[in-house]
Amino acid sequence: MNSNGEPIIEVSDLVRRFGDRAVINDISFNVHCGETLVIMGGSGCGKSTLLRHMIGSMKPTSGSVKIFGEEVTTMNEREIGRVRRRFGMLFQSGALLASLTVGENVALPLFQHTDKSPDEIEQVVKQKLEMVGLTGFEDLKPAEISGGMKKRVGLARALALDPELLFSDEPTSGLDPIMTAVVDQLTLKLTHGSHMTAVVVSHDMTSAFRIATRMIMLGHGGIVAQGTPEEIRSSPNPEVQQFIKGEADGPVPLNLSQEEHEHHQYVKPRPFALARYRFHHKTP
Amino acid sequence: MKNYLQLNLSLLYWILIAPFTGQFFKIAPIFRQMVFIGVRAAPMVALTAFSVGVTLAMQAAHSLQSLGAEMYIPDLVMLTLLREMGPVLIAVIVIGRSGSAVAAELGTMKVSEEIEALEVMAINPVQYLVVPRFLAMLVMLPALTIFGNYIGILGGWAVCRFALDFNTAGYVLRALQSADTWDLYSGMIKSGVFAWIVITIACNAGLHVEGGAEGVGQATTGSVVQALLAMLVMNAVLTGIFFFSA
Repeated sequence: MNSNGEPIIEVSDLVRRFGDRAVINDISFNVHCGETLVIMGGSGCGKSTLLRHMIGSMKPTSGSVKIFGEEVTTMNEREIGRVRRRFGMLFQSGALLASLTVGENVALPLFQHTDKSPDEIEQVVKQKLEMVGLTGFEDLKPAEISGGMKKRVGLARALALDPELLFSDEPTSGLDPIMTAVVDQLTLKLTHGSHMTAVVVSHDMTSAFRIATRMIMLGHGGIVAQGTPEEIRSSPNPEVQQFIKGEADGPVPLNLSQEEHEHHQYVKPRPFALARYRFHHKTP
Repeated sequence: MKNYLQLNLSLLYWILIAPFTGQFFKIAPIFRQMVFIGVRAAPMVALTAFSVGVTLAMQAAHSLQSLGAEMYIPDLVMLTLLREMGPVLIAVIVIGRSGSAVAAELGTMKVSEEIEALEVMAINPVQYLVVPRFLAMLVMLPALTIFGNYIGILGGWAVCRFALDFNTAGYVLRALQSADTWDLYSGMIKSGVFAWIVITIACNAGLHVEGGAEGVGQATTGSVVQALLAMLVMNAVLTGIFFFSA
């Protein structure tokens, strides 16, 4: 762990409840400058919720999230805007504006937050699109490109303002193995070369082990394991081993009943679930 | 309702206060929206207004002829169009065409995380998406109403000229004599108020969509129904204030 000075992100005692169900239950960790933190865990374990708390689009029930030393959970919209200009975010779907072209999408933060001339912006857009391997795609609409390409445009847009910090939600899902490697190399280049810090939510274990300097595994609303990739790989925790090896058999069961599922994942119970189950299965 | 009031307040902030703090809204998107909301609705507005003008003239002829008062047909067409039918019917067309499109567009952006992406890029969705649509609607609905009034009067003329014993000059003179500038202005005020109601309801519905494609559909339908009701009730209130209270 290369902890030089103050952490860039400081999450402490974070709790988020939906009703009486705690999706995030007392999570604390720090991210230091130049680190690449990979957050992993099964579907519905609260990875995306955690990410949304870090970017300030969700407010926690209790606890604190500090980014660049500033508390984001109590900020008003204008203050949070100031912090958000310093980081980029890649959404799982890319989240490109469908009414704009690829080039306009990448140019959007530049037009909104810098005084650059249109020519300079065009240059930056070209350069960022080249970084993600999409030279010459400026004039296409998001509907005209594939899902993987959208994601790469989303990455180019997240990098448009040369952020100090990058959040990625599943950056490599939907990409072919070659493009996954390209995106991973880009992340490595940015974190090693430009001292960018990255927080990546990922399911893709190959990619995760390639880029991570530290990993956190979430489960049951809390942190199951954390450490360097080597520590995670040699973790004695059977849940971690099952997850990184991708085995169907293990402590995380394949078939869950409603109650078991709630116990494992804290997923909101559906109303009348039991009645519906009895109706369909005609149990005595 | 709370969301709706919040949207209105934040809209006023971005239009009236933010420009003085150096956050001026961009002009180009307003023109783009004016084309979409206004110019492209013009053919539908023209057809509607023409039909209404023709209908009004025929109904007026039917009733007034029996009293021997055909000369008042232009008066009736003109006043009805300027004061009531013009603003209301054109608002109905714009609600159905542009209001629903705005609700569906913003709703789709909401469910595909585009609005959240804007927020995370520190771009305020109200400033970026709602302000241009609002200003475009505020300009285009009254403009369409004036345009529709002209076409409606043309419809009335067509009936009077070709089916009754009017000549063109007689129709125009009679129509102009009957109407006061206040008749036009009251219609314009109404259509400005309708523009406000229609676009804020549509944007509010779009920005608060939940639950995927189904949610977008519900929000769109909901926005059309709410905008129609609010517009018609507001029309009754304004008519009461303008023509009944004095």
